[in-house]
Amino acid sequence: MPKSSSIAQTAAAGRIDRRQRRSRRGLLRLRQAIPDSVFNSAGFVVPVVLVLIWWAVTALGLVKPLFLPSPLAILEEAWRQITTGILLQDASVSIYRILVGWLSAALLAIPIGILMGNFRLFEGALEPLISTVRYMPVVALIPLTILWAGIGDEQKILILFLGTFFQMALMVMDNVKTIDINLIRAGQTLGFSNTEILWRIILPAALPAIWDTCRITIGWTWTYLVVAELVAAQSGLGRRIMDAQRYLATDTIIFGTLFIGLLGLLTDYAFKRTGRSLFRWTGNR
Amino acid sequence: MNPASTPKIVVDAVGKIFGEGDDEFLAINRIDLSVAPNEFVSIVGTSGCGKSTLLNMVGGLTEPTFGDVLIDGKPVTGPGRDRGFVFQGYSLFEWMTVEGNILFALEKSRMGKAEKADLVRQFIAEVGLAGFEKAYPRQLSGGMRQRVAIARALVYKPSLLLMDEPFGALDAQTRGMMQELLLKVWEDHKVTVLFVTHDVEEAIFLADRVVVLASRPGRLKRELKIELERPRRYDIVTSPEFSAYKRDILADIREETLKVMALDRG
Repeated sequence: MPKSSSIAQTAAAGRIDRRQRRSRRGLLRLRQAIPDSVFNSAGFVVPVVLVLIWWAVTALGLVKPLFLPSPLAILEEAWRQITTGILLQDASVSIYRILVGWLSAALLAIPIGILMGNFRLFEGALEPLISTVRYMPVVALIPLTILWAGIGDEQKILILFLGTFFQMALMVMDNVKTIDINLIRAGQTLGFSNTEILWRIILPAALPAIWDTCRITIGWTWTYLVVAELVAAQSGLGRRIMDAQRYLATDTIIFGTLFIGLLGLLTDYAFKRTGRSLFRWTGNR
Repeated sequence: MNPASTPKIVVDAVGKIFGEGDDEFLAINRIDLSVAPNEFVSIVGTSGCGKSTLLNMVGGLTEPTFGDVLIDGKPVTGPGRDRGFVFQGYSLFEWMTVEGNILFALEKSRMGKAEKADLVRQFIAEVGLAGFEKAYPRQLSGGMRQRVAIARALVYKPSLLLMDEPFGALDAQTRGMMQELLLKVWEDHKVTVLFVTHDVEEAIFLADRVVVLASRPGRLKRELKIELERPRRYDIVTSPEFSAYKRDILADIREETLKVMALDRG
Protein backbone atom coordinates (compact mmCIF):
# COMPACT_ATOMS: atom_id res chain seq x y z
CA MET A 1 0.00 0.00 0.00
CA PRO A 2 1.57 3.29 -1.03
CA LYS A 3 -0.07 5.24 1.77
CA SER A 4 1.16 3.13 4.65
CA SER A 5 4.62 2.80 3.16
CA SER A 6 4.89 6.57 2.90
CA ILE A 7 3.85 6.82 6.54
CA ALA A 8 6.48 4.25 7.37
CA GLN A 9 9.08 6.19 5.40
CA THR A 10 8.28 9.42 7.18
CA ALA A 11 8.30 7.78 10.58
CA ALA A 12 11.38 5.70 9.97
CA ALA A 13 13.50 8.38 8.28
CA GLY A 14 16.24 5.97 7.36
CA ARG A 15 15.96 3.64 10.35
CA ILE A 16 15.19 -0.09 10.16
CA ASP A 17 11.50 -1.00 10.32
CA ARG A 18 11.31 -3.06 13.49
CA ARG A 19 7.85 -4.45 12.81
CA GLN A 20 9.12 -7.42 10.81
CA ARG A 21 11.77 -8.35 13.31
CA ARG A 22 9.34 -8.35 16.19
CA SER A 23 6.45 -10.04 14.48
CA ARG A 24 7.04 -13.64 15.47
CA ARG A 25 7.77 -13.24 19.12
CA GLY A 26 5.12 -10.49 19.21
CA LEU A 27 2.25 -12.90 18.57
CA LEU A 28 2.38 -14.23 22.11
CA ARG A 29 2.66 -11.12 24.20
CA LEU A 30 0.11 -10.71 27.00
CA ARG A 31 -2.96 -8.76 25.84
CA GLN A 32 -1.11 -7.19 22.93
CA ALA A 33 -2.73 -6.54 19.58
CA ILE A 34 -1.77 -8.84 16.70
CA PRO A 35 -2.33 -8.16 12.96
CA ASP A 36 -5.97 -8.62 11.91
CA SER A 37 -4.94 -10.99 9.16
CA VAL A 38 -3.28 -13.35 11.66
CA PHE A 39 -6.20 -13.12 14.08
CA ASN A 40 -8.80 -13.94 11.44
CA SER A 41 -6.92 -16.71 9.68
CA ALA A 42 -6.17 -18.41 13.01
CA GLY A 43 -9.90 -19.06 13.33
CA PHE A 44 -9.92 -20.85 9.97
CA VAL A 45 -6.70 -22.73 10.45
CA VAL A 46 -7.78 -24.61 13.57
CA PRO A 47 -10.90 -26.30 12.10
CA VAL A 48 -9.10 -26.97 8.82
CA VAL A 49 -6.25 -28.70 10.66
CA LEU A 50 -8.76 -30.75 12.67
CA VAL A 51 -10.55 -31.86 9.49
CA LEU A 52 -7.20 -32.75 7.90
CA ILE A 53 -6.24 -34.89 10.91
CA TRP A 54 -9.69 -36.48 10.79
CA TRP A 55 -9.28 -37.21 7.09
CA ALA A 56 -5.75 -38.61 7.54
CA VAL A 57 -6.78 -40.89 10.40
CA THR A 58 -9.66 -42.36 8.39
CA ALA A 59 -7.76 -42.58 5.09
CA LEU A 60 -4.92 -44.47 6.76
CA GLY A 61 -7.44 -46.91 8.21
CA LEU A 62 -6.40 -46.16 11.80
CA VAL A 63 -10.04 -46.25 12.97
CA LYS A 64 -12.96 -48.25 11.63
CA PRO A 65 -15.65 -46.23 9.77
CA LEU A 66 -18.13 -47.50 12.37
CA PHE A 67 -16.41 -45.33 14.96
CA LEU A 68 -15.36 -42.49 12.74
CA PRO A 69 -16.38 -42.29 9.07
CA SER A 70 -14.27 -40.15 6.75
CA PRO A 71 -15.15 -36.49 6.09
CA LEU A 72 -16.11 -37.57 2.58
CA ALA A 73 -18.67 -40.02 3.95
CA ILE A 74 -20.22 -37.18 5.93
CA LEU A 75 -20.48 -35.08 2.76
CA GLU A 76 -22.09 -38.03 0.95
CA GLU A 77 -24.56 -38.37 3.81
CA ALA A 78 -25.30 -34.64 3.56
CA TRP A 79 -25.90 -34.97 -0.18
CA ARG A 80 -28.19 -37.97 0.36
CA GLN A 81 -30.28 -36.10 2.92
CA ILE A 82 -30.51 -33.02 0.72
CA THR A 83 -31.48 -34.84 -2.48
CA THR A 84 -34.05 -37.10 -0.82
CA GLY A 85 -35.59 -34.09 0.92
CA ILE A 86 -35.10 -35.61 4.37
CA LEU A 87 -32.98 -32.71 5.53
CA LEU A 88 -35.48 -30.04 4.56
CA GLN A 89 -38.29 -31.95 6.22
CA ASP A 90 -36.32 -32.56 9.42
CA ALA A 91 -35.05 -29.02 9.56
CA SER A 92 -38.44 -27.41 9.03
CA VAL A 93 -40.04 -29.52 11.75
CA SER A 94 -37.22 -28.74 14.19
CA ILE A 95 -37.03 -25.04 13.36
CA TYR A 96 -40.78 -24.78 13.90
CA ARG A 97 -40.42 -26.38 17.34
CA ILE A 98 -37.49 -24.17 18.26
CA LEU A 99 -39.32 -21.03 17.18
CA VAL A 100 -42.54 -21.81 19.03
CA GLY A 101 -40.72 -23.10 22.12
CA TRP A 102 -38.32 -20.19 22.33
CA LEU A 103 -40.89 -17.53 21.41
CA SER A 104 -43.34 -18.70 24.07
CA ALA A 105 -40.53 -18.74 26.61
CA ALA A 106 -39.41 -15.26 25.56
CA LEU A 107 -42.93 -13.80 25.52
CA LEU A 108 -43.36 -14.88 29.13
CA ALA A 109 -39.80 -14.46 30.43
CA ILE A 110 -39.25 -10.91 29.18
CA PRO A 111 -42.24 -9.30 30.93
CA ILE A 112 -41.71 -11.38 34.06
CA GLY A 113 -38.00 -10.55 34.11
CA ILE A 114 -38.79 -6.86 33.67
CA LEU A 115 -41.25 -6.94 36.57
CA MET A 116 -38.72 -8.78 38.74
CA GLY A 117 -35.98 -6.32 37.86
CA ASN A 118 -38.08 -3.27 38.67
CA PHE A 119 -40.25 -4.28 41.58
CA ARG A 120 -38.73 -5.84 44.68
CA LEU A 121 -42.07 -7.49 45.41
CA PHE A 122 -41.97 -9.52 42.20
CA GLU A 123 -38.31 -10.36 42.74
CA GLY A 124 -38.98 -11.55 46.27
CA ALA A 125 -41.98 -13.58 45.16
CA LEU A 126 -40.51 -15.28 42.10
CA GLU A 127 -36.72 -15.32 42.31
CA PRO A 128 -36.36 -18.20 44.84
CA LEU A 129 -38.80 -20.37 42.88
CA ILE A 130 -37.23 -19.73 39.48
CA SER A 131 -33.71 -20.14 40.81
CA THR A 132 -34.61 -23.56 42.14
CA VAL A 133 -36.48 -24.78 39.09
CA ARG A 134 -33.72 -23.78 36.72
CA TYR A 135 -31.39 -26.34 38.29
CA MET A 136 -33.81 -29.18 37.65
CA PRO A 137 -32.55 -31.28 34.73
CA VAL A 138 -34.87 -30.92 31.76
CA VAL A 139 -34.25 -34.54 30.69
CA ALA A 140 -35.74 -35.67 33.99
CA LEU A 141 -38.91 -33.77 33.17
CA ILE A 142 -39.59 -35.80 30.01
CA PRO A 143 -41.96 -38.29 31.70
CA LEU A 144 -43.97 -35.46 33.25
CA THR A 145 -44.19 -33.54 30.01
CA ILE A 146 -45.54 -36.65 28.29
CA LEU A 147 -48.16 -37.03 31.00
CA TRP A 148 -49.17 -33.41 30.69
CA ALA A 149 -48.75 -32.70 27.01
CA GLY A 150 -48.99 -36.09 25.29
CA ILE A 151 -46.52 -37.26 22.71
CA GLY A 152 -47.20 -34.74 19.96
CA ASP A 153 -45.47 -31.50 19.04
CA GLU A 154 -46.77 -29.89 22.22
CA GLN A 155 -44.52 -32.08 24.35
CA LYS A 156 -41.41 -31.16 22.34
CA ILE A 157 -42.27 -27.51 22.54
CA LEU A 158 -42.89 -27.80 26.28
CA ILE A 159 -39.42 -29.29 26.78
CA LEU A 160 -37.82 -26.46 24.81
CA PHE A 161 -39.89 -23.96 26.79
CA LEU A 162 -38.82 -25.45 30.12
CA GLY A 163 -35.19 -25.47 29.09
CA THR A 164 -35.30 -21.80 28.15
CA PHE A 165 -37.84 -19.91 30.25
CA PHE A 166 -36.35 -20.02 33.74
CA GLN A 167 -32.82 -19.04 32.76
CA MET A 168 -34.16 -16.32 30.53
CA ALA A 169 -36.40 -14.74 33.16
CA LEU A 170 -33.46 -14.42 35.56
CA MET A 171 -31.21 -12.99 32.86
CA VAL A 172 -33.77 -10.39 31.81
CA MET A 173 -34.15 -9.42 35.47
CA ASP A 174 -30.42 -8.78 35.63
CA ASN A 175 -30.48 -6.86 32.35
CA VAL A 176 -33.08 -4.51 33.77
CA LYS A 177 -31.36 -4.17 37.13
CA THR A 178 -28.03 -3.13 35.68
CA ILE A 179 -29.35 0.06 34.12
CA ASP A 180 -28.17 3.19 35.94
CA ILE A 181 -30.51 4.32 38.73
CA ASN A 182 -29.74 7.91 37.73
CA LEU A 183 -31.60 7.40 34.44
CA ILE A 184 -34.72 6.65 36.45
CA ARG A 185 -34.05 9.61 38.73
CA ALA A 186 -33.56 11.88 35.74
CA GLY A 187 -36.95 10.73 34.44
CA GLN A 188 -38.54 11.47 37.81
CA THR A 189 -37.11 14.97 38.00
CA LEU A 190 -38.32 15.63 34.45
CA GLY A 191 -41.85 14.89 35.62
CA PHE A 192 -42.50 11.49 34.07
CA SER A 193 -44.82 8.98 35.72
CA ASN A 194 -43.71 5.50 36.77
CA THR A 195 -45.38 3.91 33.75
CA GLU A 196 -43.76 6.42 31.40
CA ILE A 197 -40.37 5.82 33.00
CA LEU A 198 -40.82 2.08 32.59
CA TRP A 199 -41.73 2.25 28.89
CA ARG A 200 -39.65 5.20 27.75
CA ILE A 201 -36.51 4.99 29.88
CA ILE A 202 -36.01 1.59 31.52
CA LEU A 203 -37.09 -0.47 28.54
CA PRO A 204 -35.05 1.29 25.85
CA ALA A 205 -32.04 1.41 28.18
CA ALA A 206 -32.22 -2.33 28.86
CA LEU A 207 -33.20 -3.39 25.35
CA PRO A 208 -29.71 -4.06 23.94
CA ALA A 209 -28.93 -6.31 26.90
CA ILE A 210 -32.31 -8.06 26.60
CA TRP A 211 -31.62 -8.60 22.91
CA ASP A 212 -28.32 -10.20 23.83
CA THR A 213 -30.13 -12.44 26.31
CA CYS A 214 -32.44 -13.49 23.47
CA ARG A 215 -29.42 -14.38 21.37
CA ILE A 216 -27.83 -16.45 24.13
CA THR A 217 -31.02 -18.23 25.15
CA ILE A 218 -32.04 -19.24 21.62
CA GLY A 219 -28.61 -20.89 21.46
CA TRP A 220 -29.57 -22.91 24.52
CA THR A 221 -32.92 -23.80 22.96
CA TRP A 222 -30.98 -25.30 20.05
CA THR A 223 -28.93 -27.43 22.42
CA TYR A 224 -32.16 -28.81 23.95
CA LEU A 225 -33.47 -29.95 20.56
CA VAL A 226 -32.19 -33.51 20.83
CA VAL A 227 -33.64 -33.81 24.35
CA ALA A 228 -36.97 -32.54 23.06
CA GLU A 229 -37.06 -35.04 20.22
CA LEU A 230 -35.88 -37.94 22.37
CA VAL A 231 -39.30 -39.49 22.80
CA ALA A 232 -42.04 -40.29 20.30
CA ALA A 233 -40.93 -38.01 17.51
CA GLN A 234 -41.47 -39.05 13.88
CA SER A 235 -39.15 -36.48 12.38
CA GLY A 236 -36.76 -33.71 13.27
CA LEU A 237 -33.03 -33.16 13.32
CA GLY A 238 -32.69 -34.54 16.84
CA ARG A 239 -34.91 -37.52 16.04
CA ARG A 240 -32.72 -38.35 13.02
CA ILE A 241 -29.68 -38.57 15.29
CA MET A 242 -31.41 -40.79 17.85
CA ASP A 243 -32.68 -43.11 15.07
CA ALA A 244 -29.21 -43.38 13.59
CA GLN A 245 -27.96 -44.59 16.94
CA ARG A 246 -30.14 -47.69 16.58
CA TYR A 247 -28.64 -48.55 13.16
CA LEU A 248 -25.09 -47.50 14.09
CA ALA A 249 -25.19 -44.98 11.23
CA THR A 250 -22.27 -42.96 12.51
CA ASP A 251 -22.19 -40.69 9.43
CA THR A 252 -25.81 -39.64 10.03
CA ILE A 253 -25.04 -38.91 13.69
CA ILE A 254 -22.03 -36.79 12.91
CA PHE A 255 -23.71 -34.91 10.08
CA GLY A 256 -26.83 -34.29 12.21
CA THR A 257 -24.77 -32.93 15.10
CA LEU A 258 -22.72 -30.65 12.85
CA PHE A 259 -25.84 -29.41 11.09
CA ILE A 260 -27.57 -28.47 14.36
CA GLY A 261 -24.39 -26.63 15.33
CA LEU A 262 -24.41 -24.81 12.02
CA LEU A 263 -28.04 -23.71 12.40
CA GLY A 264 -27.27 -22.51 15.93
CA LEU A 265 -24.34 -20.51 14.62
CA LEU A 266 -26.47 -18.94 11.88
CA THR A 267 -29.15 -17.96 14.41
CA ASP A 268 -26.50 -16.39 16.60
CA TYR A 269 -25.09 -14.45 13.66
CA ALA A 270 -28.53 -13.23 12.59
CA PHE A 271 -29.22 -11.96 16.11
CA LYS A 272 -25.86 -10.23 16.30
CA ARG A 273 -26.31 -8.47 12.97
CA THR A 274 -29.87 -7.39 13.71
CA GLY A 275 -28.87 -6.17 17.16
CA ARG A 276 -26.06 -4.12 15.71
CA SER A 277 -28.33 -2.31 13.29
CA LEU A 278 -31.16 -1.91 15.83
CA PHE A 279 -28.93 -0.46 18.54
CA ARG A 280 -26.42 1.66 16.68
CA TRP A 281 -26.30 4.05 19.62
CA THR A 282 -24.46 1.54 21.80
CA GLY A 283 -21.45 1.97 19.53
CA ASN A 284 -20.82 -1.79 19.28
CA ARG A 285 -19.30 -2.72 15.98
CA MET B 1 -42.30 38.65 55.33
CA ASN B 2 -41.39 40.29 52.06
CA PRO B 3 -40.84 37.93 49.14
CA ALA B 4 -37.21 38.84 48.61
CA SER B 5 -36.28 37.50 52.02
CA THR B 6 -38.19 34.23 51.63
CA PRO B 7 -35.55 31.52 51.36
CA LYS B 8 -35.57 29.36 48.25
CA ILE B 9 -34.75 26.23 50.22
CA VAL B 10 -35.25 25.55 53.88
CA VAL B 11 -33.88 22.36 55.36
CA ASP B 12 -35.56 22.15 58.74
CA ALA B 13 -34.07 19.75 61.32
CA VAL B 14 -33.74 17.02 58.72
CA GLY B 15 -32.49 13.56 59.67
CA LYS B 16 -32.21 10.35 57.74
CA ILE B 17 -32.05 6.74 58.92
CA PHE B 18 -31.18 4.03 56.41
CA GLY B 19 -31.88 0.32 56.87
CA GLU B 20 -33.98 -1.32 59.56
CA GLY B 21 -33.46 -3.44 62.67
CA ASP B 22 -29.81 -4.23 63.33
CA ASP B 23 -28.74 -2.62 60.04
CA GLU B 24 -30.25 0.68 61.03
CA PHE B 25 -27.86 3.56 60.75
CA LEU B 26 -28.13 7.29 61.12
CA ALA B 27 -26.87 8.92 57.93
CA ILE B 28 -27.88 12.48 58.72
CA ASN B 29 -28.55 13.98 62.11
CA ARG B 30 -30.53 17.23 62.29
CA ILE B 31 -29.33 19.47 59.53
CA ASP B 32 -30.66 23.00 59.32
CA LEU B 33 -29.90 24.99 56.23
CA SER B 34 -31.39 27.90 54.40
CA VAL B 35 -30.57 28.94 50.84
CA ALA B 36 -31.56 32.32 49.38
CA PRO B 37 -32.98 32.77 45.87
CA ASN B 38 -30.23 32.85 43.22
CA GLU B 39 -27.63 31.80 45.74
CA PHE B 40 -24.93 29.33 44.77
CA VAL B 41 -24.22 26.97 47.66
CA SER B 42 -21.58 24.23 47.62
CA ILE B 43 -21.71 21.30 50.00
CA VAL B 44 -18.44 19.55 50.83
CA GLY B 45 -17.50 16.80 53.23
CA THR B 46 -15.73 13.46 53.50
CA SER B 47 -17.26 10.56 51.64
CA GLY B 48 -20.16 9.12 53.55
CA CYS B 49 -21.09 12.39 55.26
CA GLY B 50 -24.52 12.31 53.66
CA LYS B 51 -24.03 15.17 51.20
CA SER B 52 -25.60 13.28 48.30
CA THR B 53 -28.42 12.10 50.55
CA LEU B 54 -29.11 15.69 51.53
CA LEU B 55 -29.21 16.70 47.88
CA ASN B 56 -31.52 13.80 47.02
CA MET B 57 -33.88 14.88 49.78
CA VAL B 58 -34.05 18.41 48.38
CA GLY B 59 -34.65 16.83 44.96
CA GLY B 60 -37.46 14.70 46.36
CA LEU B 61 -35.72 11.47 45.36
CA THR B 62 -35.26 10.39 48.99
CA GLU B 63 -37.64 11.04 51.85
CA PRO B 64 -36.26 12.46 55.11
CA THR B 65 -36.92 10.34 58.19
CA PHE B 66 -37.26 13.43 60.38
CA GLY B 67 -37.87 17.08 59.65
CA ASP B 68 -38.94 18.84 56.48
CA VAL B 69 -37.48 20.24 53.31
CA LEU B 70 -39.29 23.32 52.05
CA ILE B 71 -38.94 24.86 48.61
CA ASP B 72 -40.49 28.31 48.24
CA GLY B 73 -42.10 27.63 51.60
CA LYS B 74 -43.84 24.44 50.48
CA PRO B 75 -42.82 20.99 51.76
CA VAL B 76 -41.15 18.69 49.22
CA THR B 77 -43.23 15.57 48.57
CA GLY B 78 -41.41 14.19 45.56
CA PRO B 79 -39.39 15.13 42.51
CA GLY B 80 -40.73 17.98 40.44
CA ARG B 81 -40.08 20.21 37.48
CA ASP B 82 -39.27 23.20 39.66
CA ARG B 83 -35.90 21.48 40.14
CA GLY B 84 -33.27 20.33 37.64
CA PHE B 85 -30.84 17.56 38.54
CA VAL B 86 -27.36 16.84 37.17
CA PHE B 87 -25.78 13.57 38.28
CA GLN B 88 -22.14 12.56 38.38
CA GLY B 89 -21.98 9.95 35.69
CA TYR B 90 -23.60 8.68 32.61
CA SER B 91 -27.17 9.74 33.15
CA LEU B 92 -27.91 10.68 29.55
CA PHE B 93 -30.42 8.70 27.52
CA GLU B 94 -27.97 6.87 25.28
CA TRP B 95 -30.53 5.98 22.63
CA MET B 96 -31.39 9.62 22.01
CA THR B 97 -29.27 12.23 20.25
CA VAL B 98 -28.02 15.35 22.02
CA GLU B 99 -31.06 17.17 20.64
CA GLY B 100 -33.36 14.30 21.64
CA ASN B 101 -32.10 14.26 25.22
CA ILE B 102 -32.81 17.95 25.69
CA LEU B 103 -36.14 17.83 23.87
CA PHE B 104 -37.20 14.91 26.07
CA ALA B 105 -36.91 17.24 29.08
CA LEU B 106 -39.43 19.59 27.46
CA GLU B 107 -42.02 16.93 26.85
CA LYS B 108 -44.09 17.91 29.87
CA SER B 109 -43.89 21.62 29.03
CA ARG B 110 -46.93 23.25 27.54
CA MET B 111 -45.57 24.94 24.46
CA GLY B 112 -45.60 24.56 20.71
CA LYS B 113 -43.26 22.40 18.70
CA ALA B 114 -41.45 25.35 17.17
CA GLU B 115 -40.99 26.99 20.54
CA LYS B 116 -39.49 23.80 21.93
CA ALA B 117 -37.15 23.46 18.99
CA ASP B 118 -36.00 27.04 19.52
CA LEU B 119 -35.31 26.43 23.19
CA VAL B 120 -33.36 23.27 22.42
CA ARG B 121 -31.27 25.13 19.86
CA GLN B 122 -30.65 27.99 22.28
CA PHE B 123 -29.47 25.71 25.09
CA ILE B 124 -27.27 23.61 22.83
CA ALA B 125 -25.57 26.83 21.76
CA GLU B 126 -25.28 28.05 25.35
CA VAL B 127 -23.38 24.97 26.49
CA GLY B 128 -21.19 25.15 23.38
CA LEU B 129 -22.45 22.08 21.57
CA ALA B 130 -23.64 23.63 18.32
CA GLY B 131 -22.84 21.18 15.53
CA PHE B 132 -23.34 18.15 17.80
CA GLU B 133 -27.16 18.15 17.72
CA LYS B 134 -27.39 14.78 15.99
CA ALA B 135 -24.55 13.07 17.88
CA TYR B 136 -25.26 10.22 20.28
CA PRO B 137 -23.91 10.44 23.85
CA ARG B 138 -21.55 7.52 23.18
CA GLN B 139 -19.75 9.66 20.62
CA LEU B 140 -19.10 12.50 23.08
CA SER B 141 -16.32 13.10 25.61
CA GLY B 142 -17.07 13.22 29.33
CA GLY B 143 -17.12 17.01 29.40
CA MET B 144 -19.47 17.23 26.43
CA ARG B 145 -21.80 14.70 28.00
CA GLN B 146 -22.07 16.80 31.14
CA ARG B 147 -22.79 19.86 28.98
CA VAL B 148 -25.77 17.99 27.58
CA ALA B 149 -26.81 17.03 31.12
CA ILE B 150 -26.65 20.68 32.21
CA ALA B 151 -28.68 21.80 29.19
CA ARG B 152 -31.22 19.05 29.85
CA ALA B 153 -31.56 20.12 33.50
CA LEU B 154 -32.03 23.81 32.66
CA VAL B 155 -34.04 23.84 29.43
CA TYR B 156 -37.42 23.58 31.18
CA LYS B 157 -36.52 26.61 33.30
CA PRO B 158 -36.46 25.17 36.83
CA SER B 159 -35.74 27.74 39.52
CA LEU B 160 -33.40 25.36 41.37
CA LEU B 161 -30.48 23.37 40.01
CA LEU B 162 -29.21 20.40 42.02
CA MET B 163 -25.80 19.02 41.10
CA ASP B 164 -24.27 15.87 42.55
CA GLU B 165 -20.53 15.85 41.85
CA PRO B 166 -21.25 16.65 38.21
CA PHE B 167 -17.60 17.12 37.27
CA GLY B 168 -16.18 14.37 39.50
CA ALA B 169 -15.34 12.06 36.61
CA LEU B 170 -13.67 14.69 34.43
CA ASP B 171 -9.97 15.41 34.07
CA ALA B 172 -8.64 18.57 35.73
CA GLN B 173 -8.48 20.71 32.57
CA THR B 174 -11.98 19.84 31.42
CA ARG B 175 -13.29 20.37 34.92
CA GLY B 176 -11.92 23.91 34.99
CA MET B 177 -13.65 24.74 31.70
CA MET B 178 -16.91 23.25 32.92
CA GLN B 179 -16.81 25.30 36.12
CA GLU B 180 -16.48 28.50 34.13
CA LEU B 181 -19.28 27.40 31.82
CA LEU B 182 -21.51 26.65 34.81
CA LEU B 183 -20.88 30.07 36.35
CA LYS B 184 -21.74 31.74 33.07
CA VAL B 185 -24.98 29.77 32.74
CA TRP B 186 -25.84 30.47 36.38
CA GLU B 187 -25.28 34.21 35.92
CA ASP B 188 -27.38 34.24 32.72
CA HIS B 189 -30.30 32.27 34.10
CA LYS B 190 -30.33 33.33 37.72
CA VAL B 191 -31.20 29.99 39.25
CA THR B 192 -30.47 28.79 42.76
CA VAL B 193 -27.75 26.14 42.75
CA LEU B 194 -27.01 23.45 45.31
CA PHE B 195 -23.72 21.87 44.34
CA VAL B 196 -22.27 18.75 46.01
CA THR B 197 -18.57 18.05 45.55
CA HIS B 198 -15.60 16.60 47.39
CA ASP B 199 -13.26 19.06 45.67
CA VAL B 200 -12.71 21.96 48.08
CA GLU B 201 -11.22 24.25 45.45
CA GLU B 202 -14.17 23.69 43.15
CA ALA B 203 -16.58 24.39 46.00
CA ILE B 204 -14.97 27.74 46.80
CA PHE B 205 -14.46 28.79 43.21
CA LEU B 206 -18.14 28.37 42.36
CA ALA B 207 -20.07 29.27 45.46
CA ASP B 208 -21.42 32.23 47.42
CA ARG B 209 -21.36 29.99 50.45
CA VAL B 210 -19.67 26.69 51.27
CA VAL B 211 -21.34 24.28 53.67
CA VAL B 212 -19.02 21.76 55.31
CA LEU B 213 -20.66 18.60 56.64
CA ALA B 214 -19.35 16.49 59.50
CA SER B 215 -19.43 12.71 59.20
CA ARG B 216 -21.18 9.82 60.87
CA PRO B 217 -23.76 11.00 61.31
CA GLY B 218 -23.77 13.79 58.75
CA ARG B 219 -24.45 17.19 60.28
CA LEU B 220 -23.52 20.79 59.76
CA LYS B 221 -19.94 21.58 60.73
CA ARG B 222 -19.38 25.01 59.27
CA GLU B 223 -20.90 27.52 56.89
CA LEU B 224 -18.49 29.83 55.17
CA LYS B 225 -19.49 32.87 53.15
CA ILE B 226 -17.20 33.24 50.14
CA GLU B 227 -16.67 36.92 49.50
CA LEU B 228 -14.71 36.76 46.28
CA GLU B 229 -15.74 39.19 43.57
CA ARG B 230 -17.75 38.04 40.58
CA PRO B 231 -17.44 37.30 37.77
CA ARG B 232 -14.66 35.01 38.90
CA ARG B 233 -11.65 34.28 36.75
CA TYR B 234 -9.84 30.97 36.74
CA ASP B 235 -6.74 32.53 38.33
CA ILE B 236 -8.61 33.61 41.43
CA VAL B 237 -7.59 30.29 42.99
CA THR B 238 -4.07 31.67 43.42
CA SER B 239 -5.19 34.72 45.43
CA PRO B 240 -4.47 34.96 49.19
CA GLU B 241 -8.19 35.25 50.06
CA PHE B 242 -8.90 32.06 48.18
CA SER B 243 -6.07 30.27 49.95
CA ALA B 244 -7.39 31.38 53.34
CA TYR B 245 -10.82 29.91 52.61
CA LYS B 246 -9.21 26.76 51.37
CA ARG B 247 -7.04 26.38 54.45
CA ASP B 248 -10.04 26.71 56.78
CA ILE B 249 -12.13 24.15 54.92
CA LEU B 250 -9.28 21.69 54.45
CA ALA B 251 -8.59 21.81 58.19
CA ASP B 252 -12.24 20.98 58.89
CA ILE B 253 -12.26 18.12 56.42
CA ARG B 254 -9.01 16.72 57.70
CA GLU B 255 -10.36 16.72 61.22
CA GLU B 256 -13.42 14.79 60.01
CA THR B 257 -11.34 12.32 58.03
CA LEU B 258 -9.13 11.57 61.05
CA LYS B 259 -12.23 11.08 63.17
CA VAL B 260 -13.68 8.63 60.65
CA MET B 261 -10.40 6.73 60.42
CA ALA B 262 -10.28 6.44 64.21
CA LEU B 263 -13.87 5.15 64.18
CA ASP B 264 -12.95 2.56 61.57
CA ARG B 265 -10.00 1.37 63.59
CA GLY B 266 -11.84 1.19 66.89
